[in-house]
Amino acid sequence: MQAIMPRLKRAGHYLIVAAFCFFTAAPFLIMIVNTFKQDADLYRPQNNPFIYNVPPTLDNLRLLFEGTNYLGFVRNSLFVGVLVVLITLVVAVPAAYALARLAGSWGERAGIAIFLVYLVPPTLLFIPLFRVVTAFGLNDSVWSLVLVYPTISIPFSTWLLMGFFKSIPRDLEEAAMVDGFSRLMAFFKVVMPLSLSGVIAVTVFTFTLTLHEFVYAMTFISSSDSRPLSVGVPIELVRGDVFYWQSLLAAAVIVAIPVGIVYNMFLDRLVAGFTMGAVKG
Amino acid sequence: MGVVELRGLRKEFGEVKAVNGVDLSIQKGELVVILGPSGCGKTTLMRMVAGLELPTDGEVLIGDRNVTALPPRARDIAMVFQSYALYPHMTVFDNIAFPLKARKAPKEEMAQKVEWAAGILGIQRLLARKPRQLSGGERQRVALARALVKEPAVMLLDEPLSNLDAKLRVSARDELQQFQRNLGITTIFVTHDQIEAMGLGDRIAVMNAGKVRQVGDPQEIYDDPADTFVATFLGSPPMNLLERNGHLLGFRPESFLPLEVARGDREKVTFPFHLGRVENLGSDRLLYGTVEGAERNRTISKLPSTVEVSVEAGETYDFAVCRADLRYFDKESGLRKEPPPREGG
Ligand SMILES: Nc1ncnc2c1ncn2[C@@H]1O[C@H](COP(=O)(O)OP(=O)(O)OP(=O)(O)O)[C@@H](O)[C@H]1O
Ligand SMILES: [Mg+2]
Repeated sequence: MQAIMPRLKRAGHYLIVAAFCFFTAAPFLIMIVNTFKQDADLYRPQNNPFIYNVPPTLDNLRLLFEGTNYLGFVRNSLFVGVLVVLITLVVAVPAAYALARLAGSWGERAGIAIFLVYLVPPTLLFIPLFRVVTAFGLNDSVWSLVLVYPTISIPFSTWLLMGFFKSIPRDLEEAAMVDGFSRLMAFFKVVMPLSLSGVIAVTVFTFTLTLHEFVYAMTFISSSDSRPLSVGVPIELVRGDVFYWQSLLAAAVIVAIPVGIVYNMFLDRLVAGFTMGAVKG
Repeated sequence: MGVVELRGLRKEFGEVKAVNGVDLSIQKGELVVILGPSGCGKTTLMRMVAGLELPTDGEVLIGDRNVTALPPRARDIAMVFQSYALYPHMTVFDNIAFPLKARKAPKEEMAQKVEWAAGILGIQRLLARKPRQLSGGERQRVALARALVKEPAVMLLDEPLSNLDAKLRVSARDELQQFQRNLGITTIFVTHDQIEAMGLGDRIAVMNAGKVRQVGDPQEIYDDPADTFVATFLGSPPMNLLERNGHLLGFRPESFLPLEVARGDREKVTFPFHLGRVENLGSDRLLYGTVEGAERNRTISKLPSTVEVSVEAGETYDFAVCRADLRYFDKESGLRKEPPPREGG
């Protein structure tokens, strides 16, 4: 009896975990399966959606890579994403630190004010920002997105990082300063390693934002060469009222899987409780 | 001149005068305890010495250099924080080596110094662990070792024992004193615990409300308090203060004894003591009562268990204090004053 109960309990745990895994992995599974389906298979409601009722095909991938500028879109998205992440970190990290540590009680209020900016939706801003982009002569260029995306990512990231910096005891920095470092070095040696989770969260947030943002990308860019994934793929694979579903799904999953893998590599570092044991008991 | 000189040091936080004019000179190799109640400005004073707080006014000199405006790293000090402030993302080894890294010490020297500091504190076997895998006492040692490797001119300790349990605190105190004596590091130790202060300090600076009230060796502070604050802050129970003939009369509970046991041939002053309550603490008996014929007259007597006089609550007895043990204070200012010429007791 006693031996069975814990085992049942374990089995229960695994069952729940397995169910969740399936739930979260199902979209990927469906995307992968459908990527290789022929139209005849996909469009018959009687068919089992999880298996190939008609032999699989590579035609959809061929259409994606040869019939559209897919690789160009990926390159543009990556370019914009990496640059925007860098700009966001370079601006938001010092801003958040200054607000968390040095600005006194005004820091908190300023942080909230900055966060409020994030809440203004792009659908309100894209027309005025279009004027700004034109003024800079960046129409039709990926640089317009590099310029505009930080307006969304910096406020949110600053606010998020402020929380991380605040949770790090001041004593640690001061100890580093007493131990012989300047404030700047103390920041890099002690505060940054302890806020790594925050920096990673900001990176993930910002990169994801640049990948899926639609309104600005749609408005500012009209040539296929400069389009990022989020607009390029739907524009070129929805022709009139024909949806090339399999190629659309393929376009999504090819990007989603590597991004998912990279995010997962950092999962450990996102684990909370990293600062435990810094101070007393 | 001392290794550390504080001159007219003041610090205001808006309205709050956290430190309000402190002058103090600390000699080489000395352990000075800064003792005072919570909120009296001890930590603030210490932070100004460390360079973490800029004084509103006054100067800090360390080793004959005016360091008032210098950042902590230029001051040749080490500090143990009340929270220990160990770096949670580094191993114990890296924690201890951190000040050496700041100095860009070569690898071998680093390893050797860390080994040396860890050896003194008996934590060699913990070097590979992270701070969160340590007990409170071990953390305290790591923090001390980190201060030690710097071989600083002055070591600043802010209530380093307050997070330890009572038993550990006693042994940690003992070790701390041992190694401070052996290494001869000039040390400033902040505490609000008078027993810690009496046990550890070569000298004690008693602070209250941002001011140093008295500086002296423990015996001096205990026997000859400079004012009523010091008199009542030290000692447990604190010094009795009676108001009589326009001044305050102070004496320690342990020198207030029944007339028949009061020692031999020294001149005594007798008081009629109305006993209200007896507390038996095992090693001592505390007698709470009032002295008749005085205005502020709540008085405590502390009888060691070796005194076997039997006393009953509610009765009045003759108690005596040696005249030499009486201290006089000014009624208004609370400051110590000379005994008045021949005044009956
Ligand atoms: N950064 C600050 N801003 C405003 N007031 C402060 C600041 N730091 C300290 N104070 C005030 O200064 C006074 C002295 O504080 P301090 O921390 O020096 O006391 P302490 O003697 O170390 O007390 P404790 O024994 O509780 O640690 C307190 O009244 C405190 O509220
Ligand atoms: Mg304090």
